[in-house]
Amino acid sequence: MVSGAWAQYGSYGIPWIAGTSPAPRGIDGARFFTDAERRCVDALVARLIPTDELGPGAREAGVVDFIDNQLAGSYGRGERWYMQGPFAEGLETQGYQSEHPPAGLYRVAIAALNAHCRETYDDRPFAELSEDEQDAILNRVETDELEFVEVSATAFFEVLHDNTIEGFFCDPVYGGNRNMVGWDLVGFPGARYDYRDYLDHNGAEISIAPVGLMGRAEWDVD
Amino acid sequence: MRRHAISAVAFAASAFAATVPVAAQETVYSQVERGRYVLITGNCQGCHTAPGEEPFAGGRGLQTPFGTIYTPNITFEPETGLGRWSRDDFWRAMHEGMAPDGSRLYPAFPYPHFSKMPRAEVDALYDYLATLPRVKKEKPENELPWPLSWRASLAGWQWMFFDPGVFEPNPEKSDQWNRGAYLVEGPAHCGGCHTEKNVAGADKESRHLMGGQLENWAAPDIRAGPNGGLADWSEDDIVEFLETGRNAHTAAFSIMSEVIEYSTQHMAKDDLRAIATYLKDMEGEERSVPAEPGEAVMEAGTAIYFDSCSACHASDGSGVPRFFAPLAGSGKVNGEDPTTVIRVILEGARAVPTKAHPSPLTMPAFNWKLTDEQVAAVATYVRSSWGNRGSPVSASDVADLRQRLADGLGPDR
Amino acid sequence: MARKLPPVDVVLVGFGWTGAILAQELTEDGLEVLAIERGAWRDTPTHFPTTVAQDELRWYWRKEMFQSTARETLTFRNNRSQTALPMRRWGSFLPGEGVGGGGVHWNGQTWRFLPSDFVAASHNVERYGPMRPGMTVQDYGVTYDELEPHFDRFEKLCGIGGKAGNLNGETLVGGNPFEGPRSAEYPNPPMHMTFAQHRFEAAAKELGLNPFPGPSANMSQPYVNPLGCQLGPCTYCGFCEKYGCGNYSKASAQTTILPVLMKKPNFTLKVHNEVLRVKLDSTGRRATGVIHVDQNGEEYEQPADLVILCAYQLSNTRLMMLSGIGEIYNPSTGEGLVGKNYCYQVMSGADVFFDDKYTNEFVGAGALGMCVDEYNGDNFDHSGLGFIGGGYIACWTTHNRPIERQRTPEGTPGWGSAWKKAVVENFRKSTGVGAHGASMAYANNYLDLDPTYTDVYGRPLMRMTYDFTPNDRAMAAFLTERVREIAERMGGREIKVSPREGPYDSMPYQTTHNTGGTIMGSEPANSVVNRYLQSWEVSNLFVMGAGVFPQNAGYNPTGAVAALAYWAADAIRTQYLRSPGPLVQA
Repeated sequence: MVSGAWAQYGSYGIPWIAGTSPAPRGIDGARFFTDAERRCVDALVARLIPTDELGPGAREAGVVDFIDNQLAGSYGRGERWYMQGPFAEGLETQGYQSEHPPAGLYRVAIAALNAHCRETYDDRPFAELSEDEQDAILNRVETDELEFVEVSATAFFEVLHDNTIEGFFCDPVYGGNRNMVGWDLVGFPGARYDYRDYLDHNGAEISIAPVGLMGRAEWDVD
Repeated sequence: MRRHAISAVAFAASAFAATVPVAAQETVYSQVERGRYVLITGNCQGCHTAPGEEPFAGGRGLQTPFGTIYTPNITFEPETGLGRWSRDDFWRAMHEGMAPDGSRLYPAFPYPHFSKMPRAEVDALYDYLATLPRVKKEKPENELPWPLSWRASLAGWQWMFFDPGVFEPNPEKSDQWNRGAYLVEGPAHCGGCHTEKNVAGADKESRHLMGGQLENWAAPDIRAGPNGGLADWSEDDIVEFLETGRNAHTAAFSIMSEVIEYSTQHMAKDDLRAIATYLKDMEGEERSVPAEPGEAVMEAGTAIYFDSCSACHASDGSGVPRFFAPLAGSGKVNGEDPTTVIRVILEGARAVPTKAHPSPLTMPAFNWKLTDEQVAAVATYVRSSWGNRGSPVSASDVADLRQRLADGLGPDR
Repeated sequence: MARKLPPVDVVLVGFGWTGAILAQELTEDGLEVLAIERGAWRDTPTHFPTTVAQDELRWYWRKEMFQSTARETLTFRNNRSQTALPMRRWGSFLPGEGVGGGGVHWNGQTWRFLPSDFVAASHNVERYGPMRPGMTVQDYGVTYDELEPHFDRFEKLCGIGGKAGNLNGETLVGGNPFEGPRSAEYPNPPMHMTFAQHRFEAAAKELGLNPFPGPSANMSQPYVNPLGCQLGPCTYCGFCEKYGCGNYSKASAQTTILPVLMKKPNFTLKVHNEVLRVKLDSTGRRATGVIHVDQNGEEYEQPADLVILCAYQLSNTRLMMLSGIGEIYNPSTGEGLVGKNYCYQVMSGADVFFDDKYTNEFVGAGALGMCVDEYNGDNFDHSGLGFIGGGYIACWTTHNRPIERQRTPEGTPGWGSAWKKAVVENFRKSTGVGAHGASMAYANNYLDLDPTYTDVYGRPLMRMTYDFTPNDRAMAAFLTERVREIAERMGGREIKVSPREGPYDSMPYQTTHNTGGTIMGSEPANSVVNRYLQSWEVSNLFVMGAGVFPQNAGYNPTGAVAALAYWAADAIRTQYLRSPGPLVQA
């Protein structure tokens, strides 16, 4: 028996209630970024996964919407992260050591990044730089060549990079990978649960339309 | 080191021995044991136990089309249970549907079936109930509108629909057939769920065991002769289903779970075989050809099925027999009434865990994932594929059931 | 003041694989068993049904099923000259939480260690001479032959699919010829191999190796275990490790034991209760029960005749430290044993990229793979190599989840159009070959309590001091070359080798195979628990889990963890209950 109030029929011993589901908490209306921050992140993610001749990039996938909503929620607040001090810089092998949870990190890092851009590029924030200029800056952020005062530029780059890939390839229920463009691009069939019919592919291409947790267009009667 | 379970058993046995004279012990024991078996065949525990509470203390609300009727406490607690009932009182309730004070009982207590039980069986049941731990528990007030809340109204019902009488064997049939008929029509009261009711809540005799609806479930047609709902089942299939909760065709869930958990899995195999013999001898009714589903509906249904259902039920509907219910040829999927199909898609369902198959394999709910149109499309798809011939399901059927479930019982467990 | 609860016969701390096994075994003897689990109730239909299971962001990246680092984590440093800092989020390993523990979200690669792994010290010393300085490798105190029936039981419980290579001493074609003698064939046939495994198999054979199918706890066919529990056939959906299995096709406590156990009247499970410490009597030699705390912060004293630690290795070790049972290891003096011999797993590998062939690795399963074992344990001559131990080499097609995996060839940048192009070109046309290396104990790798950081209850966090050792590096370099030889022969356009270089990094995911800290052995001077996993100090306390490994072998540990749990349960049932007290005289 499980101790606690589990209503149940008979002596099943294992609780279950019909009609209930551990449904995902998908994107909601919550937003974290200011307009200026949003423009900056939109420009950043568009350089990490650009829209190009190969197909859609982070912009078409809605990555900025995804990140904005994630930062407004429990992830942004670092609710599952250990955020007790003291905080120290730490070694590379020790991972994230900022005193800021992800949302705070973005805020401080974007401010520092834009300040640097305005100083260097004639008062233009990151979003208004040319793509080449943006790439040059990003390269310096990635390698910590560009130092932010309050936070580690590399730590920010790593989180941004992770979040961009998450937003490009996550289930569309979270607001990213819009219309499954990320999955379509690489040929990932999505939230599928059965490939037994394909086990003998023997190196041939498998093309199956991707499906999200909430389905695909073909589920609707038209 | 203490050994609770072992010492508890030892204690019960010695207590019993101490209170019963040695010579009488065997007879009394066999009488009580007989009563225990009668109780199993009647699945008394299912209705007379509120979910998660003490067995046989009643309080479970039975949802009828007329309102909610709460089951009474059938332990022998004197204030709230049967403690003050005599054997004759108990016989009158079982055989005539009458309480000790002469008032009539609601037929939610299936005395039209229990009336078929001989006095000796009923007495044995009484003797067994007397041995159960006594639980003090008041029965909640029934939730019935007037005049149904007025028990005198039942006299007319009994006069019209109830004819007390012990089962009489058909001399032209085998003993096995007759034993099956007795169990099905008597204590096991299969018709309680599997026979459609008329507006007064009495069995429609012409629809005997052809399926019924209760508590927002459709109980399937269980006639097993030609054209019956179980025509494809062999006697072995029926026995296996009742004994283990699964067979090559389907798995039991919802209300049938209780029947199997408390009743049929504990029944003697000969009795299960007798039930099978009786059901196999019942022809069904030829069904009309269902309407053709629309092409767009089938396309959507195919996509949903392929993406969401085939991992367990297999792309050809064959499932994994005894693990994940096959849908091809399933009586529940094919039923005239699609309520169960829709409900299982909406709420999920759990295959009954039994002694033979302890795993409560469970299908998840899709109510949060699929719209009414999508549920209708996939229900239509499974009802008209792989040789199935259920009629198409409409989005409004789904919407109606969603509403009824939201208004009614609350979730099944 | 803790509220005192009515006593029980046995209290189990933690309710994952070992907790479920112990509960199932000990309730069979009529004992009243209480399991206390700090996480939530967790089951297939209520927590990870097919409708929600295939969700990378939720389960892996937002870590919904793992321990919350906000409540408790550990601090980490590579060596004693550094200051350990908290792992603010999980990285290199992912401790589980809740009913079923890590057994809910494992891959299902279920091995037996080699006979020589259990006698790693005496065997290697005899064959190769004295160990390197600083190495603290020792024998387990239990042998393969003693554990064999228990490996067999676990394989049957789980429905492991595989092919025997040594059946009662007879070598069988197609299995692992190096394995210890098995008393029975695997209960299920191997998994259905795919393209990448075929290529690996051909390459291995070309090199004169003996490839065999990896032993799998993903069901190769529908299975009913000896308890009557049913496991469905694996659908190769590629969501095993880090995910719960939605269709009952991966062995876990939920699928193999709980349906039977949860109905037993003499078993009780308490969830959302965390054990703060084992309570000892005034002599310090007897456990009187445990102190635990519920979600509202209410403390309870649960008296019990027998206390069994069944939590994860890290938690068991820390609980011993926080309860003051045994002396905490101090590397400066070599004194103390709790926290000693922390070991891990040394992984390296190579990616293989194809031009015209699709590997389609989204068609995968946690334990779908072909393996070779020529370079594991002492299956090869180590003379002159400068290391002991080894690892298996395998081509597992576990998944192709795109947030987690974007394989790109050597020289590809990490972002931008060139990265995107490389991902698109290679996503469906690549595979990997990996070496799963042993981890040998060293005096400088250990666990103790952190002087600075605390958990949600104010108790010190565990501190991990760990780096790859000279033995690890030499072994990994050797194994990586063997990987390269195979990968090069698989017919790809190019390969990318990832050797094990640089210090151990606590962040990139490697494997949740943390071992040691409560090691087993032959005497109180060298171990925390005896050969029956019974505490030398407190004889009514047993400790399960990989914490008892004196060092880690070149295999995934779950098979050995479970076999040791059955072995200990058997000792409790057949010896301890008859005559409670030390099962081995010190």
